[in-house]
Amino acid sequence: MTKVVFIEHDGTEHEVDAENGTNLMEAATKHLVPGIDADCGGACACATCMIYVPEEWAAKLPEKEDMEETMLDFCDHSKENSRLACQIEVTDALEGIRVSMPASQH
Amino acid sequence: MSDHVVIVGAGHAAGQAAASLRQEGYEGAITMIGNEPYIPYQRPPLSKKFLAGEIGIDRVYFKPPEFYEKENVTVKLGTRVTEIDRNAKTVHTDKGETFTYSKLLLTTGSRVRELNLPGFDLEGVFYLRNVGDVEGIQSYFNKGGKCVIVGGGYIGLEVAAVAAKHGIDVTVLEMAPMVMARVVGPIVSRFYERVHKEEGVKIVTGAAVSGFEGKNGQLTKVTCADGTAHEADFVVVGVGILPNVELAVEANLKVENGIAVDECCRTSDPDIYAAGDCTNHPNPLLGERLRLESVHNALEQAKTAAAAICGKEKPYAQIPWFWSDQYDLKLQIVGLSAGYDQAVVRGNPDEGRSFAVFYLKEGRLIAVDAINRAPEFMMSKQLIAKGVSIPAEKLRDESINMKEMAAYAT
Repeated sequence: MTKVVFIEHDGTEHEVDAENGTNLMEAATKHLVPGIDADCGGACACATCMIYVPEEWAAKLPEKEDMEETMLDFCDHSKENSRLACQIEVTDALEGIRVSMPASQH
Repeated sequence: MSDHVVIVGAGHAAGQAAASLRQEGYEGAITMIGNEPYIPYQRPPLSKKFLAGEIGIDRVYFKPPEFYEKENVTVKLGTRVTEIDRNAKTVHTDKGETFTYSKLLLTTGSRVRELNLPGFDLEGVFYLRNVGDVEGIQSYFNKGGKCVIVGGGYIGLEVAAVAAKHGIDVTVLEMAPMVMARVVGPIVSRFYERVHKEEGVKIVTGAAVSGFEGKNGQLTKVTCADGTAHEADFVVVGVGILPNVELAVEANLKVENGIAVDECCRTSDPDIYAAGDCTNHPNPLLGERLRLESVHNALEQAKTAAAAICGKEKPYAQIPWFWSDQYDLKLQIVGLSAGYDQAVVRGNPDEGRSFAVFYLKEGRLIAVDAINRAPEFMMSKQLIAKGVSIPAEKLRDESINMKEMAAYAT
């Protein structure tokens, strides 16, 4: 288990124990964190599980594959530090990571 | 009478509706009744990662089991609703139970279209809709051998891709002249036929399956009307689905190619709502009524229905979108291409595995089939919702970034 903090757009924090080997999208939906829609269930097809990752954590994450990169490129609320939560596997290296969500995923 | 929302069905729409009812502030009782032995789960992985054995059932659940407890949702599984009594506002089940509702939500979904041909009950003949179906198919994966897929639609071709990767000899029999003809344009159909052939899958189009033959109760071959036969250890039939509307019909609700609902998912009875595959609904963005077989539709209609049950108007107005994963191909479709008068290709469908086809109707962009082309898909999602026209020569010009395409919209 790895501790992950999801921060809603209004600042509400949700600290969850994420299971290693699953991904951050699953960790959020499993713990009923609002603000992650995940319409496609993690197929990297819908870009509705966007999160913002602080700079100090960005380097510890797996690199973006082309599909994720281009999907993010076309999202309304996308920023340089955006990621799709379904593409980030939970590992010990993420212990304590704090990520935030946009106001809307659509 | 106290508030009690009864949800008939336990698929995507049911799970989303339960969650959305609580998010909308509904505090009354919720009972969900499903005939499968599982809490709501995601169906798309059943013909993809779950079939391939890459993920287990716990990663397919729509919400974790704890969700229903935490949100105080009573879930009745393995239970079929047999009747709706609109006067008494009750539903009866095959377990002899009766539930009184203040509001009823029908999320009955759809079921596979069956092929009642000779030999359909032989061992080794499968459909793919439920977790149970997948378990049956997987038991043959491990044995190797030959598989015949009847129907070259999404389900058939996704299963073909997974089976081929498991080293199975796969033949797809499609009745129409092209695969996926109901969901994509001919350019994309031909592309998928090419890729499946490259991956070692045999595709036979114009094939009318006439029956299944076996030995000692076990399937051995699939026969076609023209006299040809295809040896098979197992067969997966994917020839479409039918909406489950019987309960609604028997309750005298308005049903026209799906349970008729308005833009807020209300049926012809003010206390009964419906959402998902089973509905026929208006789409203000498309200007027509339609029935859709799609996860996105199930989720969005469930949100709308939950809001309506809570007295809030959140009309459903979404451009439909779909996806399919086969081999290394991610197909993303947005919009409905029916009625297009011009297909514009961006990229090369005859080489490689990445291109998009835009469908125009009187110049207006109405749909896109994008293969490994996220920019085309994402940008088109926005453009189609706006109902804009874009010149074909701009769309096909790959020197123009998709981000700049909006500048040519009128």
